[in-house]
Amino acid sequence: MLRDLRTAFLSMIVFTILLGLGYPLLVTGVSQGIFPGKANGSLIRRGGVVVGSALIGQQFYETEIGPNGKPVVKKGVVQTVPDPRYFQTRPSSTSDNAASTAFSNLGPNGKTTLTAFQGYIQTYLALNTATNNKRYDAAVTKASEIPVDAVSDSASSVDPDISVANAKIQAYRIAAVRHLSLRRVDALVAKYTTARSLGFFGEPGVDVLNINLALDRISGSK
Amino acid sequence: MTVNGWLQILAFCAVLIAVSPFLGRYMAKVYGGEHVFLTPIFGPFERLLYRCFGVNPKREQDWKSYARSLIIFSLAGWIILYVVLRSQSIQPWNSYGGVTFHAAPWDVTFNTVSSFLTNTNWQYYGGETTMTYFSQMVGLTVQNFASAAVGIVVAVALIRGIVGRSGRSLGNFYEDFTRTVLYVLVPISFVSALVLVSQGSIDNFAHYVSVHGISGIAQTIAMGPVASQEAIKDLGTNGGGFFNTNSAHPFENPNGFTNYYEMLLVLIIPAALVWMYGRMVGSRRQAIAIFATMFVMFIGGVTVAYAAEAHGSVAQHAAGIHTQVLANSTGGNLEGKEQRFGIAGSAIFDVVTTVTSCGAVNSSIESYTGLGGAIPMANLSASEVIFGGVGTGMYSILLYVLLAVFLGGLMVGRTPEYLGKKIEAKEIKLVALGLLITPLSALFSTSLATASAAGRASVYNTGPQGFSESFYAYLSQANNNGSAFAGYTGLIQPNAGNAGAHGVTFADLLGGFTMLFARYAPILFALAVGGALAGKRVSPAGLGTMRTDNATFVVLLIGVIILVGALTFFPAILLGPIVQALSGHLY
Repeated sequence: MLRDLRTAFLSMIVFTILLGLGYPLLVTGVSQGIFPGKANGSLIRRGGVVVGSALIGQQFYETEIGPNGKPVVKKGVVQTVPDPRYFQTRPSSTSDNAASTAFSNLGPNGKTTLTAFQGYIQTYLALNTATNNKRYDAAVTKASEIPVDAVSDSASSVDPDISVANAKIQAYRIAAVRHLSLRRVDALVAKYTTARSLGFFGEPGVDVLNINLALDRISGSK
Repeated sequence: MTVNGWLQILAFCAVLIAVSPFLGRYMAKVYGGEHVFLTPIFGPFERLLYRCFGVNPKREQDWKSYARSLIIFSLAGWIILYVVLRSQSIQPWNSYGGVTFHAAPWDVTFNTVSSFLTNTNWQYYGGETTMTYFSQMVGLTVQNFASAAVGIVVAVALIRGIVGRSGRSLGNFYEDFTRTVLYVLVPISFVSALVLVSQGSIDNFAHYVSVHGISGIAQTIAMGPVASQEAIKDLGTNGGGFFNTNSAHPFENPNGFTNYYEMLLVLIIPAALVWMYGRMVGSRRQAIAIFATMFVMFIGGVTVAYAAEAHGSVAQHAAGIHTQVLANSTGGNLEGKEQRFGIAGSAIFDVVTTVTSCGAVNSSIESYTGLGGAIPMANLSASEVIFGGVGTGMYSILLYVLLAVFLGGLMVGRTPEYLGKKIEAKEIKLVALGLLITPLSALFSTSLATASAAGRASVYNTGPQGFSESFYAYLSQANNNGSAFAGYTGLIQPNAGNAGAHGVTFADLLGGFTMLFARYAPILFALAVGGALAGKRVSPAGLGTMRTDNATFVVLLIGVIILVGALTFFPAILLGPIVQALSGHLY
């Protein structure tokens, strides 16, 4: 028995060193050597400063301004709302918190799920409505005309992509508030659409951070 | 549903069928002690390891000795992992993004350790908020390898028992284990990790990156040595995510290609083991029969899951959302799914990881439609024999094969034989016990959890969904799968780094014991069956011998698997997902 225990612990410790230190460190070393950009998170810099990761969704929000012209503060926290000048990512149960990702866990038959969906629909329609109460995209006036990705939580809660249909609807708004031609924004959507891998696997999507950076290059950030 | 979606699924199946026989042949050589292309590299190292452990790889072990080595080895692994995970406060590299990581509470750690030891990888914790890089590598990655190898060697030992012509030997545990790690798991993992990094998976030791996004919103991005663990997580059908959202997280699974690559990693060893079995018993037709059985059930699951998810959920329809496929939009139930995977890539991933004991998820199963959510439950109810976990799937389906042979024998009124060996009362008793342990522990734990207030404290959603959460939790843990209706909780964690965190002791302990019992008891029975068969004389097949390599037998085998699974679990599945699938009601 003692001999068995000795063998078991000895081999487990040796394998721990081999598989827990040797193997991962070797992978890290080789990855850092061959694919340093990707191994470090596909980080994107603007003017030398890291502004995010191409693979991680983030919030493109601005401070909410109340009717009195001042920032809205609730419970001591300054409230933010989607910035209409940017393409918006999918709903996220963690507000795109990339240090603590989580599923929404909304059930398929849940009343809370319905409430959440209704909220997403309202937000999306409001965002794509100009101050004169006209939709930027006249074709999108009700829930059934919104692409599903825009009104359902992503799985990772940091989904970097939106569907092309979603981007094309938002393009109307972007063009209007940034005073660009719709054709120009649509061209950007096409340019920043990631095709299916190998032309076949997965679904196409528009990388939101990259297209927003391109927008800022064309018509300036704030 | 789209044509492209179906083509993706077909292409995946074609690649699996094309590639797995090569690995099967290779593995047959590895366990036959033959020379393989890696022998010149790892051979001397392998012998050095045996000397260092003080084992003689040529010492043959009977089933009791083999089981004894396996159990004691697992015990050592359990203790070492517990110590590693509980020592986070004093570990190197335990502070990121301004947060110092402390150990998770003892009860959660008990659950986690049992979970990784048993190849379950059930997670009550979120990787990036609970685990240090040191724990991820030295603790969890190690058991990703070890638990996978333990599963595989049990299958190898059982097969040796089935083919054994004389004596009682099932091989040598330490030799089988070491060869599995060196010649199978490490090389494929290493190459795969690099493939994943080339697509955008991360692998670094950087601090969490704090940025101000382009509209000024602060964001902290978790980092870590992800790809190295991701590769073995899939290959070993482990499934424990480096991040909380597992393979949905873009750093674990960056695009449509990696999504399918990871699925291939998950299925490749379970599929290859079938071909390896064919080689070891010297009959390709036996392997084809078993492969066909698994494949038919697999495709059935994929079809239903894809159709159900493409149809959309009750809540979506109630909200007036249009779930048909539109131009440039996936349509369907995209709640809890990633845009880059879409409906097809999520549905097939879900089936791949629940027919195997992988349990990785690239979408939130809790948010699947009623029928879509019933599929993973049905897969788990089939006791993980549709390819199954690495090794566990193979030894479990062999037990089912013996059961089917026995039933077939009863029907035609002859002594049941399998590959020339008589299946007698002793073997059938062991087989029945081995097959019933898992369903029994799943149902026992579910009843305990749903009937007690302590158990219901873990439930998140209401109505039938709440029952589904409990049922799935113990079904998954008993089958050593690890996927979850993730609303079910066992850890209350107010802050990242575990300060002030506490476990839900009842759920943690019940789950932990369920996993341990439902892992090691069937292993013992499988090895015992191997031991009982090893010494049997082989008699030549006669005219009256029931064939086990034709379509009739495949149908019989599928029937037995479904019958056992359905009789055991159907009432429970009715109460949860089927109610939801059949009613348009909101709860």
